[in-house]
Amino acid sequence: MRDFINRHEGLWLFTRSPAVIIAAIVAIAILFGALFAPWIASVNPYDLASFSLMDGLLPPVWQEFGTERFLLGTDDQGRDMISSILYGARLSLMIGVSAMIIATTLGVGLGLAAGYFGGRFDAVVMRIADIQLALPAILTALLIDGIARGILPTEMQQDLRVVVLTLAIALSLWVNFARTARASTFVEMNKEYVQAAVMQGQHPLRVMFVHILPNILGPLLVIMTVDLASAILLEATLSFLGIGLPADSPSLGTLIRIGMQFLLSGEWWILWIPTLFLVALVVSINVLGDFLRDVFNPRLR
Amino acid sequence: MLRVEKLTVKFASRFGDFTAVEDMDMAIAPGEIHGLVGESGAGKSTVGAAIIGLLQKPGYVAGGTMTLGETDLRSLDRFEAHVLRGKRISMIFQDPQTSLNPLMRIEDQLIETILAHEDMPVEDAKQRAVDLLEEMGINNAADRMQSYPHQFSGGMRQRVVIALALCTNPELIIADEPTTALDVAVQSQVLDLIRRLADVHKVGFMLITHDIGVIAQIADTVTVMRRGKLIENGPTAEVLGKPKHDYTKQLMNAVPPLDRKIDRFMVPNSEDTEESTTNTGEAAKDWLLEGEKSAPVGLTLKDVSVAFPGVRTSIWKRPTPFVALEDISFDVAPGSVMGVVGESGSGKSTLAKALTGLVKPVSGTMTLGGTPLPGGKDRSRHHPSRQLIQMVFQDPFSSLNSRHRIGAILAEPLWLYGLVDDEDARRKLCADMLALVGMAPGAIDKYPHQFSGGQRQRIAVARALLARPKVLICDEPTSALDVSIQAQLLNLLKDLQTAFGLTVVFISHNLSVVRQMSDDVVVLRNGRIQEQGGSEQVYGAPQADYTQRLLELTPAMPKEWLAPS
Repeated sequence: MRDFINRHEGLWLFTRSPAVIIAAIVAIAILFGALFAPWIASVNPYDLASFSLMDGLLPPVWQEFGTERFLLGTDDQGRDMISSILYGARLSLMIGVSAMIIATTLGVGLGLAAGYFGGRFDAVVMRIADIQLALPAILTALLIDGIARGILPTEMQQDLRVVVLTLAIALSLWVNFARTARASTFVEMNKEYVQAAVMQGQHPLRVMFVHILPNILGPLLVIMTVDLASAILLEATLSFLGIGLPADSPSLGTLIRIGMQFLLSGEWWILWIPTLFLVALVVSINVLGDFLRDVFNPRLR
Repeated sequence: MLRVEKLTVKFASRFGDFTAVEDMDMAIAPGEIHGLVGESGAGKSTVGAAIIGLLQKPGYVAGGTMTLGETDLRSLDRFEAHVLRGKRISMIFQDPQTSLNPLMRIEDQLIETILAHEDMPVEDAKQRAVDLLEEMGINNAADRMQSYPHQFSGGMRQRVVIALALCTNPELIIADEPTTALDVAVQSQVLDLIRRLADVHKVGFMLITHDIGVIAQIADTVTVMRRGKLIENGPTAEVLGKPKHDYTKQLMNAVPPLDRKIDRFMVPNSEDTEESTTNTGEAAKDWLLEGEKSAPVGLTLKDVSVAFPGVRTSIWKRPTPFVALEDISFDVAPGSVMGVVGESGSGKSTLAKALTGLVKPVSGTMTLGGTPLPGGKDRSRHHPSRQLIQMVFQDPFSSLNSRHRIGAILAEPLWLYGLVDDEDARRKLCADMLALVGMAPGAIDKYPHQFSGGQRQRIAVARALLARPKVLICDEPTSALDVSIQAQLLNLLKDLQTAFGLTVVFISHNLSVVRQMSDDVVVLRNGRIQEQGGSEQVYGAPQADYTQRLLELTPAMPKEWLAPS
């Protein structure tokens, strides 16, 4: 075991940084909880029959009137907070991860091609990226939401909220990937192994994806983690503002919006517990992202 | 003056302590130039850093004594060490590009250094700075001092760096590869300057370099290091002329002589090559020869010019193009080796790129064995020359894709050109080819980072050969390698060239190396041909002034020190 850790620099650094270990544990615990929410949570917050108004506004177990049935209390509808948060995290993570994957595919593809071909194609792609950067994510989301409302029949709109939200987030994140991929590709293009491949007459797609892509994965991986955190935050923001998911399928942002009503009313747990949960998730992902950056960039060490 | 005894430097790492320098002894007298030679990784720079107290963490001095005059260098605290640095010991770094602050005028950098160590009026410091620069051979120093570093050429910049090192009248200057980044002509001027300073100012110099020619030219005494250990030291003529230790002998045998061509370097294949007894690469050899049935082909260039877009100075005017190569014409006879020499910026690499189709000439024609060779993007991906012309690059660390296994790298040309269709046969052939270039066939499953520079360069040669090329273009294939590895690789290239009748274009800035390799030579300068002709003729009786000067200025070793041919 020791030997194995010593041989891999990343692992070795990992064992020496307590903050990163804690972040990894938190992130993995949340991921696990979200993945297995249906089996862990005591009630299904989407199923109206599984909870009762009689249990409404119960505080966490350590406070007066708290019960062991609801460890972190309940909201005004009588929903168990733990169950809501786990289901909420499930939805948030699902949207965050899929948005990140779409953004990565789109951004890396365009960035690689822009860096490889250069010239006019590069100029066009990067100007589009500049325009995208000038549009706030919320505006992009509203735009896509508006378009979706306009062209989709009403009955489909509710079902497609998640898709619309994911696309909106992905669209506002791809620029990062495109810029990084393009800059790294420029650097790799000057290296001799790429010149060797070009010189031999290999297909441009092969040069891009088989030769260059594996060599620029490091920085991209860092952006992927950092942008995953942004995607989750963006989803929370949009849901908080009411553009995102409706109250009957609560994500973390929706939970926080519901909790806002109770901010000063004494039922603090309804707002603070999902908020702290979101903060813990985003901070731990960011810490992991910073750690990855250090591993891939020895000069910062 | 400087005495180093039993110096041991260790680096703490996750595998435990790594000993970088062990039991190093050395003494430098005032006015003495002490050369420290060794191959990369020998610990030369570490010795220098330990003496001046700039050892990078996690390195630390584990034992031994270092004294400068009466001062014990190991017992100094941080502040004392700081005062001593610059005041009594200075350092000259390899790259003058990065050792000067680009945002400060030369004047301010010099005055700042002088005032940091001596209490004197600014006016006096300025006068001292002017005097120093004049002494370094910078004319009109009072005016030139107002300039920024980028306004000086490389050689001038290195003079400023030397002035900077000298401005506090130190007793010892540690010069770490001071001329490696410079061209031959500039190198010889800087070396002359160092010699003069040692003689006039009685400054002791510790000259760290991998270039034995430089040591032979100016060092009084020399220390040979290998893997952190002292191999041999003493007066230069004695150590290099009559080496006692086997390693020094090997090192001297590996130095390519400038004044004659030798058939083979007398170097044993070091630990770098793993000769396998079961596989000698015969199969790969047969396979290659089978492809060589047709006669070797020649390469002809006629009036080839290459220009790059220049810097735009106005919105209205078209930028004047930068001409990298102008009217280059030469013939490479089938199966011969054409050497191309030139200093940096002479267009050597552009020539390689034009030949391989990476850049497009603006005019002129290239022909390969009688068929025209389109340039740049006009050469389609399926043009036959893509296979017939292969290249060995300069930097073995970037010419192999670090994310691919050796087997995948080598097999690429085989399927790309449809030479071998069966995957198992490809794998077998790659292993045989590795054996042919002197590597263990087991290397096939490893990644490039598991090999040294010399081994990677062998792999790069194997990759080029697996395309069954007719023409091999070598762009500075040995300039990133140590001399002994260089000698091995040159031997290998020679063997392969004769065995397979390859036509080779061998590009290098190193005149001695080109002489060993080539039948004909082209001397390039600023994109133009200065002289061309048979190698023996150009080296023996150079016609152009430029060639004569280059040959004169290249540091050479006394004939009797080198191996007999």
